[in-house]
Amino acid sequence: MSSIIYNDTVVRQFSIMTVVWGIVGMLVGVIIAAQLVWPALNFDVSWLTYSRLRPLHTNAVIFAFGGSGLMATSLYVVQRTCQARLFGTKLASFVFWGWTLVIVLAAITLPAGLSQGGEYAELIWPIDLLIAVVWISYAIIFFGTIMKRKTPHIYVANWFFGAFIIAVAVLHIVRSLAIPVSLTESYPIYAGATDAMVQWWYGHNAVGFFLTAGFLGMMYYFVPKQAERPIYSYRLSIVHFWSLISIYMWAGPHHLHYTALPDWIQSVGVAFSIVLLAPSWGGMINGIMTLSGAWQKLRHDPILKFLIVSLSFYGMSTFEGPMMAIKSVNALSHYTEWTIAHVHSGALGWVAMITIGSLYYLIPKLFGQKDMYSMKLVETHFWVATIGIVLYVTSMWIAGVMQGLMWGAINDDGTLTYSFVESLLRMNPFYFIRFLGGAMFLGGMFIMAYNLYKTTENAKPSDVVVPQSA
Amino acid sequence: MSIFWSIVVALVILANIIGCYYLIKWVSKPNKGEVKQGEETGHVWDGDLTELNNPMPMWWLYMFYISIVWALLYLLLYPGLANYSGLLGWTSDKEYTEEVADADAIYGPIFSQYAETPIIKLSKNEEANLVGQRLFVNYCSQCHGSDAGGSRGFPNLTDNDWIWGGKPSDIRHTILNGRTASMPAWESVLKPLQIDYLADYLVSLTGREHKATDAVRGKRIFASYCAACHKADATGNSLLGAPNLADKVWLYGASRKKIIESITKGRTGHMPANKDFLGEDKVHILAAYVYSLSNE
Repeated sequence: MSSIIYNDTVVRQFSIMTVVWGIVGMLVGVIIAAQLVWPALNFDVSWLTYSRLRPLHTNAVIFAFGGSGLMATSLYVVQRTCQARLFGTKLASFVFWGWTLVIVLAAITLPAGLSQGGEYAELIWPIDLLIAVVWISYAIIFFGTIMKRKTPHIYVANWFFGAFIIAVAVLHIVRSLAIPVSLTESYPIYAGATDAMVQWWYGHNAVGFFLTAGFLGMMYYFVPKQAERPIYSYRLSIVHFWSLISIYMWAGPHHLHYTALPDWIQSVGVAFSIVLLAPSWGGMINGIMTLSGAWQKLRHDPILKFLIVSLSFYGMSTFEGPMMAIKSVNALSHYTEWTIAHVHSGALGWVAMITIGSLYYLIPKLFGQKDMYSMKLVETHFWVATIGIVLYVTSMWIAGVMQGLMWGAINDDGTLTYSFVESLLRMNPFYFIRFLGGAMFLGGMFIMAYNLYKTTENAKPSDVVVPQSA
Repeated sequence: MSIFWSIVVALVILANIIGCYYLIKWVSKPNKGEVKQGEETGHVWDGDLTELNNPMPMWWLYMFYISIVWALLYLLLYPGLANYSGLLGWTSDKEYTEEVADADAIYGPIFSQYAETPIIKLSKNEEANLVGQRLFVNYCSQCHGSDAGGSRGFPNLTDNDWIWGGKPSDIRHTILNGRTASMPAWESVLKPLQIDYLADYLVSLTGREHKATDAVRGKRIFASYCAACHKADATGNSLLGAPNLADKVWLYGASRKKIIESITKGRTGHMPANKDFLGEDKVHILAAYVYSLSNE
């Protein structure tokens, strides 16, 4: 019987593009952060303005960097834990090239000002259609592989990847339902407060399923692998999985506190956001406790440092989120830089750090190497990135609370103490610190790219045979 | 929402929250023949991935229970279960109305004390002007600038050039009821060459460089098409909000190019009404403040 090899081609493609898109997306982020400090940096060119580049930044880091990272790791993990070659070799190739085409089209249309306007759902309808086709193909190769697995049980990482793939398909399709009026324009089928609710049901679950469930899948494979320890608690996995995916679906209304959204839906958003804390922490506990008994490894293993710090940021952001969903806290935090701090402690601290750690584990294996070219550079990357996040998040926390307090301050006669411009002026030093923090994080990605290049420079893609017995 | 849907929605919400409790109870139960606590479950993936049979941490479970109880209490007290309005009878609309009423009770007298003072007299009252300035920065500076100096399309309020009149009663009326100025687009009526002549005429009024013969032609066109609103001598008509074109103040730009653009495409200026938003007392103070800016 001839031996079957794993389909690591698509994994390699997505892994490399994760680093490339990470650099592109974060570079755009650093550019718009700089524009907030020095507004002249848009050079009066329409496609360089903040309004055009901001959606490019969010789409590039979430869907290009995060998406490629999730596809690389999920397609690797599903093969290894099912002990089966990926279902549909040609379809897998289509998923890679299709997804890459989506990203390229986004990079052209968004700066050109073509947008549907919904946050994280800006892309115009023809691209939305392409996304739907690519995503369903992704679902077919993922679940096809689960179907032909040789292991009796489905590994916990695959529960999370599976939930992420199904939920994102539903979210994307429901949010994108629109009536086209031309090749580049369309109107959503919802109107008014309903449209806003659909938008934030989508937007919040993009966070919940794309940026949380998907990356928890990543965590459940790479943390035990790198720590060489068993998962701490099977029971905890089950409870936090089912509670997380069911509770998340309801929390979206907290993005629309104090708006025209009916009171009762806002309350539902508050209640579910609070209940969401424990299920979120379940994943953090299971990850961190997996390390118990192996703590000494943290001293020498920079990859493990990435993974553990990411779990810490995950725990912190998922505590902060429910707090911000409480209306009286939200009254202070909403529309301020505090939200930006919260998002980036999740996006940089959790999503990017777990992805980077996982890739440092994965890349040498994909190219038949024992380790990355330089573990010292991995260590350097870790510290540069961590300090970058701390600068970013703390500066935006301070800026956000200051904004909230300034906007709410009133004089003895009931008039507002500060005009909007005054609060904006006070932001300047914090915008600069944020720019520095972001630039450091981007710098770390360049270190990673160099390390990746050196690791793969003289290496050949390795073929790994699927083991025939369990 | 119909009663049917209200009940369905409420039940689904409760089922999901309470379901978490039963999920915990169900998963916590020991299974027949399972391995001892702290040992590996026996499932192995990818060579070395295993799981331990550890219970869920107690502190975490308590945190979970507390959040479930909190959520249920919240949904009991506040509107959340579809049509059910909650024990407290709270609505955001009620809270807003009460807050506004409270604020009016506290701050209302501060503003109403000046209501009877004539605007000219009030404009010399330092204290009232401080209040007026704060109101201005809050509500007017977005368009007119913090220093009331205006910007393109938004008039400067510190000079003596008034589009809708600068008398105290005019200013008050403008803030209270708003103004809409409409300069029609002339591209469908006048030929580009005629608009060119007009521009020469208008430029000549402030003594700038122009072609004398063209300006004469422009003056004739002005008399037939523009004088109705801007008056024969182009000094404008504040009753119609038609600006004075014979001075150096140009709301939409003084350059020849901008003047041609204004004539060709027309202009629409809009000052919102503040009667319902700010109320008469605040508008009165604002009017005095704005008046003080050009009448020291």
